Amino acid sequence: MIKTDALIIGAGPTGLFTAHQLKLIGLNCEIVDNLDKIGGQCIELYPDKPIYDIPAVPECTGEELTNNLINQLKPFDIKFHLSERVEEVKKNNENWEVKTNKGTEFSTPNIIIAGGVGSFEPRKFSPKECEKFENKSIFYSVKDKTVFKGKIVSIFGGGDSALDWAIELSKDSKVNLIHRRDEFRGAQATVDKMNELAKNNKINLFTKNQLKSVNGKDNLESIEIEHDNKEFKNLKTDYVLGFFGLIMQLGPIANWGLNIDKKTISVDTEKFETNQKGIYAVGDICTYPGKLKLILSGFHEGALAARACFKLARPNEKYRFEFTTSSKSIKNRLGVKE
Amino acid sequence: MPKITYIEHNGKSHTIEIANGLSVMEGAVQNNIPGIDADCGGSMACATCHVYVKEEWFNKLPKKEDGEEDMLDMAFEPKKNSRLSCQLMVSDQLDGLVVNLPEKQV
Repeated sequence: MIKTDALIIGAGPTGLFTAHQLKLIGLNCEIVDNLDKIGGQCIELYPDKPIYDIPAVPECTGEELTNNLINQLKPFDIKFHLSERVEEVKKNNENWEVKTNKGTEFSTPNIIIAGGVGSFEPRKFSPKECEKFENKSIFYSVKDKTVFKGKIVSIFGGGDSALDWAIELSKDSKVNLIHRRDEFRGAQATVDKMNELAKNNKINLFTKNQLKSVNGKDNLESIEIEHDNKEFKNLKTDYVLGFFGLIMQLGPIANWGLNIDKKTISVDTEKFETNQKGIYAVGDICTYPGKLKLILSGFHEGALAARACFKLARPNEKYRFEFTTSSKSIKNRLGVKE
Repeated sequence: MPKITYIEHNGKSHTIEIANGLSVMEGAVQNNIPGIDADCGGSMACATCHVYVKEEWFNKLPKKEDGEEDMLDMAFEPKKNSRLSCQLMVSDQLDGLVVNLPEKQV
């Protein structure tokens, strides 16, 4: 079991800056995030979109903001647990015991939830019978492409993931690519390549079509797709891949006994503590009168929650407010030479 | 104030007065209409405020921007008359608009 002064759930901008605040005041922390990379919504939803309201940064993209925050954390040694989702939170005397879906366990007096709108999960197909075949014949990501060799694979989606996999798998499999409209939103070069493969019958392209139903007993046998003009087509298929991007789900957070209203967690505005002592919520996931879902608000909330963590992590010490411009101990922590 | 009608998937109808300048999504969220999630808060990054616009209204609405169609690719059961309600700004021209909500947003 990993012991830490504070555990941060979520590696978006708020989680990253909160980690910085914790380290500045001399507390250690670890960060868990369900995504396989650091940055949260900034990196997953809008890496290339410019942001104009970060104080003192006239313009930066989601990716630049993330990289700057990671750079700011460089003086510190912070352990990230990526591609892990916190499943269980239990009280054990003064500490919280936390377990992830990969089995990593933490013991900590403080949990800071900086979870945005929840964890990112793949968007799934709408027909209900798809669940039966999930992870057997229907996948939302590719872990081992060799299973598709010599098989018929039907790929759904219009973005880069769908296009890249259609092109890649067309080498060794029979590929159907199905998309709801004529335009694809992938990189132009990828779209061109796919169109060329479709022209040479290496990819069977079905645009203006969507998945209607899936058929098969134990194994998937065929799927039915529906054209905009209501025409149905039956396609023999061994595997189905769906690439519809990611959706945010509150997930297990809903089960931790917190006051949740419309996917947000109620907190006070002194410590950003929830109704559970030692569990805080900061950034988009928290709510209080006047809450603004701005990145800068998350920074403020994280700074205050970090101070509140000090009391529980160092019950016998008194927290002293210090400025980074003048404090020797802070400069030591940052590794700044006088 | 313009009146907007939201019809839930189960048929329940809500007609609400919404101030000009708010989006159809914000009107729903502020009035607790079930069926609009709006996870990303209106930044056109999530497709969870997806609505179907009644035929007679669809062509009267301002055209979609590029990003909206891309996001609709990811919506739950998108149709020809699908829009993201965060991109529909309420104005006097929209008085009487009727939108149907999908069975679910994800």
